[in-house]
Amino acid sequence: MTRFSAGERVLVRDDYPPGHVRTPVYLRGKTGEVLRFFGEFDNAEVVSSGLKGPRKGVYKVRFRAVDLWDDYNGPARDAVEADIYEHWLEKIA
Amino acid sequence: MRGPHDVGGLPEGPVETEAHPLTFWEKQIDGLRAAVGAKGLVNTHENRAAVEALGHDAYNTLHYYERWTATLCRQMIEKGVLTQDEIDARVAAVRRRLADTGELETEGGAP
Amino acid sequence: MSGDHDHDHDHHGHDHDHDHPHAPPQPDDKVHSYYQILGVALKELLIEKGVVEAAEVRRQIERRDSITPANGSKVVAKAWTDPAFRARLFADGNSAVAELGFEMTTTKLVAVENTPSEHNVVVCTLCSCYPRDLLGLPPSWYKSRAYRARIVREPRAVLAEFGTRVPDDVAVRVHDSTADMRFLVVPMRPEGTQGLREDELAALVTRDSMVGVAVARAPER
Repeated sequence: MTRFSAGERVLVRDDYPPGHVRTPVYLRGKTGEVLRFFGEFDNAEVVSSGLKGPRKGVYKVRFRAVDLWDDYNGPARDAVEADIYEHWLEKIA
Repeated sequence: MRGPHDVGGLPEGPVETEAHPLTFWEKQIDGLRAAVGAKGLVNTHENRAAVEALGHDAYNTLHYYERWTATLCRQMIEKGVLTQDEIDARVAAVRRRLADTGELETEGGAP
Repeated sequence: MSGDHDHDHDHHGHDHDHDHPHAPPQPDDKVHSYYQILGVALKELLIEKGVVEAAEVRRQIERRDSITPANGSKVVAKAWTDPAFRARLFADGNSAVAELGFEMTTTKLVAVENTPSEHNVVVCTLCSCYPRDLLGLPPSWYKSRAYRARIVREPRAVLAEFGTRVPDDVAVRVHDSTADMRFLVVPMRPEGTQGLREDELAALVTRDSMVGVAVARAPER
């Protein structure tokens, strides 16, 4: 089941758990737009310890460069897109 | 709490845009890692976690395939495949052999 | 197995490199650091214990050597000339490249298209994720700290260092490969290539253009 749909605004959790995490620090606490759902994948945070766990949905999320970097001086349409596991994303109310 | 690998957005100098080919040694490590992976002994996610667990000092000091070698070593010990003693003994033997055949260019020490 | 026997295997490796048409110009056979010695020691021990076979290590190296950016160039050239294939490539990258005999083993290939209004470029800020099954091993700059750190923060400056200037009316899209997707940039087809055959087009598609730090080469006139 997909938790987010294309076009939806999402916030990346601003958390710093120990261990292997695939959500880069520069995206944590940032707001972006869901572009698409890629399907469910092994959760790297669990599998990296040699353990098994439920698969997690992964979404392609677009972050405007001007929303990531206060001093970004390029065009406002420039963006970074990253693939984020669903448990790192929150809906913006 | 930023891992040593998590470098996106950090200030850095110019990119060296000319690619250099892998050395013979780097190819060997790449093939060895792929072969160990194909046996199902370690998965890609474990490999990445092990590289991150090297810590800032080792991560930033070692080259790409040196990091892979260091993590393969740790993983083989942690999974009980090899022991530190036998690795140390073999490293000493290889060093002697390479010195004898003139393939050892400089005597590097472990950090 | 004795240590001497393993040393022989290393020499087979050398011979193979010399025979191989895609071998790098001059392999660096000198050993410099503790970690290089450690690598040789680990290989010998793992083979002696039967954890891996020497032949398997060689096969893996041969497989790496056999995958080159030319595979991706063929995919792009076909996408340029065959609209139905192009549609299949964007719908399902893995099965589209499988039509050309290229197998994605563990990752999902996602093609992204450069257009007059968007320029795509690929990075892995966390490690070195790259469409290895299609393009081979990533170039050294792709794994470098400088590229990984800066392409997400100042993409236009980094692209300029590669000689690629993106006009301000073209949006830059930086794809950070943070999960199991691997991105292939389909560059724009250069002007003046209407009459070219697929193999002639493929020759214009460089590795760097498929990562997005460059554009496809212009045809020679």
